[in-house]
Amino acid sequence: MKLLVCVSKTPDTTTKISFTDNDTALNTQGVQYIMNPYDEWYALVRALELKEAAGGTVTIINVGPADNDTVIRKGLAIGADDAIRIDTAGGSAYFVARQIAEQAKVGAYDMVFFGKETIDYNGSQIGAMVAEMLEMPFISYATKMDMNGNTATIARDIEGGQEIVEVDTPFALSAAKGLAEQRIPNMRGIMMAKRKPLNVVAPIEVSDKVSVASYTLPPAKQDCRYIDAENMDELVNLLHSEAKVI
Amino acid sequence: MVLVYTSSPEGQLKKSAFEAVTFGHKTAQQLGTEVVALTIGNVNNAGVLGQYGAAKVLNVAGADSFDSGSHAAIIAQVANQIGANVVVMPDDSTGKSLLGRVAVRLDAGSVSSVKSVPDTGAGFVVQKNVFSGKAIAAYNISSDKKVLSIAGNTFPPEVVGADVAVEAASVDVPANRVRVKEVNTVKGTVPLPEAELVVSAGRGMKDPGNWGIIDELAEILGATTACSRPVADVGWRPHHEHVGQTGVAIRPNLYIAIGISGAIQHLAGVNQSKTIVVINKDPEAPFFKAADYGIVGDLFDVVPRLNEAIKKFKAAN
Ligand SMILES: Cc1cc2nc3c(=O)[nH]c(=O)nc-3n(C[C@H](O)[C@H](O)[C@H](O)COP(=O)(O)OP(=O)(O)OC[C@H]3O[C@@H](n4cnc5c(N)ncnc54)[C@H](O)[C@@H]3O)c2cc1C
Ligand SMILES: Nc1ncnc2c1ncn2[C@@H]1O[C@H](COP(=O)(O)O)[C@@H](O)[C@H]1O
Repeated sequence: MKLLVCVSKTPDTTTKISFTDNDTALNTQGVQYIMNPYDEWYALVRALELKEAAGGTVTIINVGPADNDTVIRKGLAIGADDAIRIDTAGGSAYFVARQIAEQAKVGAYDMVFFGKETIDYNGSQIGAMVAEMLEMPFISYATKMDMNGNTATIARDIEGGQEIVEVDTPFALSAAKGLAEQRIPNMRGIMMAKRKPLNVVAPIEVSDKVSVASYTLPPAKQDCRYIDAENMDELVNLLHSEAKVI
Repeated sequence: MVLVYTSSPEGQLKKSAFEAVTFGHKTAQQLGTEVVALTIGNVNNAGVLGQYGAAKVLNVAGADSFDSGSHAAIIAQVANQIGANVVVMPDDSTGKSLLGRVAVRLDAGSVSSVKSVPDTGAGFVVQKNVFSGKAIAAYNISSDKKVLSIAGNTFPPEVVGADVAVEAASVDVPANRVRVKEVNTVKGTVPLPEAELVVSAGRGMKDPGNWGIIDELAEILGATTACSRPVADVGWRPHHEHVGQTGVAIRPNLYIAIGISGAIQHLAGVNQSKTIVVINKDPEAPFFKAADYGIVGDLFDVVPRLNEAIKKFKAAN
């Protein structure tokens, strides 16, 4: 099977967020970048497990500038066979999806893996877009997946529970917690990653339909009001008359 | 025209549907047009969407079980038939698989989990939380057509009209390629993403056998229960209760966090809650920085006392 895993680079969760250029761009000073956790821990690892079980190849793809190569090499160190980087500063979800779809068409993959969302812009859009562009079925928020021949049985998160679905290859899915267990790259993997192919390709032209007008920080939280542990009547009264939530 | 797709798990319209139509109605008013609601499959009592502002409710029969491919094809056809420039859907498990597909089909710009009614003063600007709630981005959509999913618990349903008749829409219904085998959901409680009141507990509980006081609190409040990730990881609580960055993101009116430290990855999923109450024996617990009301104390004393106080309050009100 030919498997494609889409990986993105995001600021670490604990990053302090601020903006520059008149609040239209992220201030990247001092920002620690990581591979998007859903892509790394769940999507990539599940793809590797499938390859280990049934053979095939795992290719990772990233849309982004040369800085992203560290993240891509990490994916190779974890076990992907090769990588494609589409060399552009990036753009809207649609822009990124078009770039991925263009390459995915060429590769004729059996499965395309995404993370459930990137932890920076929390878009949760690109997987569905690429699936539509490739005319593939798409299963979002997959927490479990078993293959039997060309048929996958997948559990996906829905409101208050889960849905079990069956789908035949080719298809696309987005990965949520549960799909696999995080793997730490070992020394051998890191050494081998240096020699694995990382193909840099030029982007196609796509005009953006969505752009960021500005960023703002949420209003500062008011200080916590402490209530005596003996006096739960007071808490209940405040929840009723002040917060008006009960 | 504004088209609102309403998801209807097991044939039932949920609060997210009424929220989406309310949002659609406000957007339509801004644009000087009307809102049409779309239901797919066999849906109970869909005419009620008229109450939230739908001038018309369309239904596409068949396609009862969910497949993002066929549902996106249906939504796009209906959008084209009625000449919709704006398509709205809930940011739920269906919306998350549909938004991008519908946007591609309609060649539309799209934004997910929108938290403001579009500002059409200059362009078409909507806001959305980014960086797990640490910032807000205003997006401008420049294409003719726009597709939006809207954040849950953000646009309270408003009754502005009366029931309308449901009309059948005639479209090609493509065959599903995703075969739904089972739907397993908890019955009798409001699912977490829709819950207005949430009671959540973490490792401070010490043992799964101690959850009785949490269940009791949830029951007397009519709240849904949630938990921190380690608690779900070790199997003390079911996986679908896990909230946070890797779990469910929620924004209830009230979030009561009991014996949870308030790690940044936990806060990422709950920091949009309108009111946060924290019960923790450690006055230095980071959660207090995100709390509206804080109680420093042993949860095994505080929670039973809180339960009694709420019972007393409920009896009197
Ligand atoms: C990438 C990543 C993603 C993650 N995603 C999530 C996520 O989605 N959701 C999530 O929850 N976590 C997530 N985590 C884990 C997170 O960092 C914390 O480890 C976790 O939230 C801690 O859970 P807890 O607060 O229940 O436990 P602890 O941190 O152990 O806190 C227990 C708290 O209970 C208090 N306590 C103990 N006894 C009592 C008592 N008798 N009375 C009152 N208070 C008491 C303690 O003072 C303490 O504050 C993630 C971590 C990483 C690295
Ligand atoms: N720049 C990118 N390059 C490759 N894949 C990406 C990129 N951005 C996002 N993705 C993939 O799309 C998924 C969903 O992203 P998003 O729609 O932005 O939340 C991510 O988890 C990745 O799998």
